[in-house]
Amino acid sequence: MTENLLTVTGLSAVSDREGGMPVLRDVGLTLKNGGVRGLVGESGAGKSTIAKAILGILPRTVRITGGWINFKGRDLLSMKPQELRSIMGSEIALIPQDPQTALNPARRIGAQLADGLKLKRDMSARTAEAHALQLLADVQIRDPDRVMKSFPHQLSGGMRQRVLIAAAFAVEPELVIADEPTTALDVTVQKEILRLIRHMQSARGTGVLFVTHDLGIVAQICDSVTLLYAGKVIEEGPVRNVLENPNHAYTKALIAAGPRYDRPDAGLEPVPEAVFRELRQEIGIS
Amino acid sequence: MIAVSILNRLIVAAVTLLGVAVIVFVLLRVVPGDPIAMMIAPGASPADIAALRARYGLDLSLPAQFGVWLQSVLMGDFGTSISLRRDVLELLLGRLPATLELAFAALIVALAVGGAVAVAGTLVRRTPLEPAIDAINGVLLAVPDFVWALALVLFVGVFIPVFPLSGRIDPTLSIDFLTPFYLLESLVRFRLGVFFDVAAHIVMPVLALALPLATVITRILKEALLEAMVQDYVLLARLKGMSEMRLVLQEALRNAVGPALSLTGVQFTFLVGGTVIVERIFAYPGIGNMAIDAVINRDLPLIQGLVLVFGAIFIVINLAVDLLAAALNPRLRHG
Ligand SMILES: Nc1ncnc2c1ncn2[C@@H]1O[C@H](COP(=O)(O)OP(=O)(O)OP(=O)(O)O)[C@@H](O)[C@H]1O
Ligand SMILES: [Mg+2]
Repeated sequence: MTENLLTVTGLSAVSDREGGMPVLRDVGLTLKNGGVRGLVGESGAGKSTIAKAILGILPRTVRITGGWINFKGRDLLSMKPQELRSIMGSEIALIPQDPQTALNPARRIGAQLADGLKLKRDMSARTAEAHALQLLADVQIRDPDRVMKSFPHQLSGGMRQRVLIAAAFAVEPELVIADEPTTALDVTVQKEILRLIRHMQSARGTGVLFVTHDLGIVAQICDSVTLLYAGKVIEEGPVRNVLENPNHAYTKALIAAGPRYDRPDAGLEPVPEAVFRELRQEIGIS
Repeated sequence: MIAVSILNRLIVAAVTLLGVAVIVFVLLRVVPGDPIAMMIAPGASPADIAALRARYGLDLSLPAQFGVWLQSVLMGDFGTSISLRRDVLELLLGRLPATLELAFAALIVALAVGGAVAVAGTLVRRTPLEPAIDAINGVLLAVPDFVWALALVLFVGVFIPVFPLSGRIDPTLSIDFLTPFYLLESLVRFRLGVFFDVAAHIVMPVLALALPLATVITRILKEALLEAMVQDYVLLARLKGMSEMRLVLQEALRNAVGPALSLTGVQFTFLVGGTVIVERIFAYPGIGNMAIDAVINRDLPLIQGLVLVFGAIFIVINLAVDLLAAALNPRLRHG
């Protein structure tokens, strides 16, 4: 039996900002070594909360009330801060949502790429620079020399996201968490970035937890998927199964609502109000 | 691009300075009080008075007086001080360096102290120390500038009397300075005994000017730092294992300096204005101190010269701040 890279069990959390409202309800999910799991749901479903809980960067106003996050056989939630620090940014890396704000506007790309290499892989400044150059080539940036010396504002959004992907894979992590890495980009660039992430993870055998609200993207790059609503797992399984044989009425409605992954011209019917009513009743919210 | 905008700023600066000149000139002629009356001997005849008036050009019409004055100013002739009976330009050039040394020393101290407290406050954010720092800084912010000087005289001057409370240098120590920049010159010429004496004299007025500015810098810079600290790039750098100190100094500070800079520039012009009262309190021989005497004596040529110098300083500071902001912003620096 191959052990899972990541196993989340019974994870629950409340938001103190919203008067103790539950934001995660007994969430469970698994990610195989080298697998890509999509984490899907509408805005506010709790996707980023799960990602942040794994990374240990939840805002103070969100409190975990129960559960485990097992990474390579150890529970992240009960780990000491210095143990977490040695794992985060080296074994677990993040590709952020907005390439606009995720790079320091005052520092050159080369220096920012080298940070992780120096801090997490103990490289000398010179080795880190050579390595950073190679990484930029790996993410298919055509003139890496120029990009190394550039400031973020001199690059397009797509280029910046490539840099951030390079930075995430630079530390040779086993798990990459990508929180909606393409929502800030336009559609043509989106496709390239998705292909790039897929390419980088399959070449290195990296596990990816891919947060998105787009089932079409899930169909393109994930092999398993977890669908959330209001912090609750509604449906879960291999992508083919879920998209072709959904169990839940909500999943069916979502597939009908979004452009279908295999028939882009079909779809676009809004999720019927009755489906939501049933869903909320099932979860137990008014 | 940059060259054009610098040229624009210079033209605006020249126009501003001309405006300052006009306003000062008119104001001083409109307010009551006759400068000649203060110069004449008690028994002077009307003819003597008229002669004096003619000598200082006070018998002409206002626009004519302004025209004469502006023309000579442009040729470097600021006239003769009525009370000191010396060339105004010479007086200004003799005194200005003392004030420049004072103001820049104060700016450096204010940046160091204010910057350090802002960084410290950012490092201890969300601990009980942060509200303590904020509260103390908030109280100090409310203290008017001249109260700082008086409090310093009282506490440092009386209880710990280590620093001289008046003057710029021990009069018995006079070496023959080549320039009026005593502090700089004694340091460059490595006359350490003299340097320490000049430095000791400048400590109190520097503190009186620097501490109020430091509280403002602390407030502005800490706010900008806290805002930078919640940006995604700081989060990513923290994930890479960067220490809090490096997060603040390397990631946040560079982005916080820009927004803090322009406000600091404005505050620095206030500091230069503050030299007037602080130099008086500490009997420091700069142009601020001179300005008070000039006003008391209704010394029109000197007042005009002083106001123009202060105006020029303000304009230069604003220009420097703009250029510095451009230099620090990678967007402006690297197209
Ligand atoms: N800083 C915070 N403090 C308290 N509650 C928060 C905070 N941020 C988000 N929440 C709450 O947590 C819930 C889940 O938010 P989350 O950001 O995980 O949603 P999401 O699925 O990532 O949505 P989106 O697609 O908009 O990114 C929401 O109800 C939100 O109100
Ligand atoms: Mg989110």
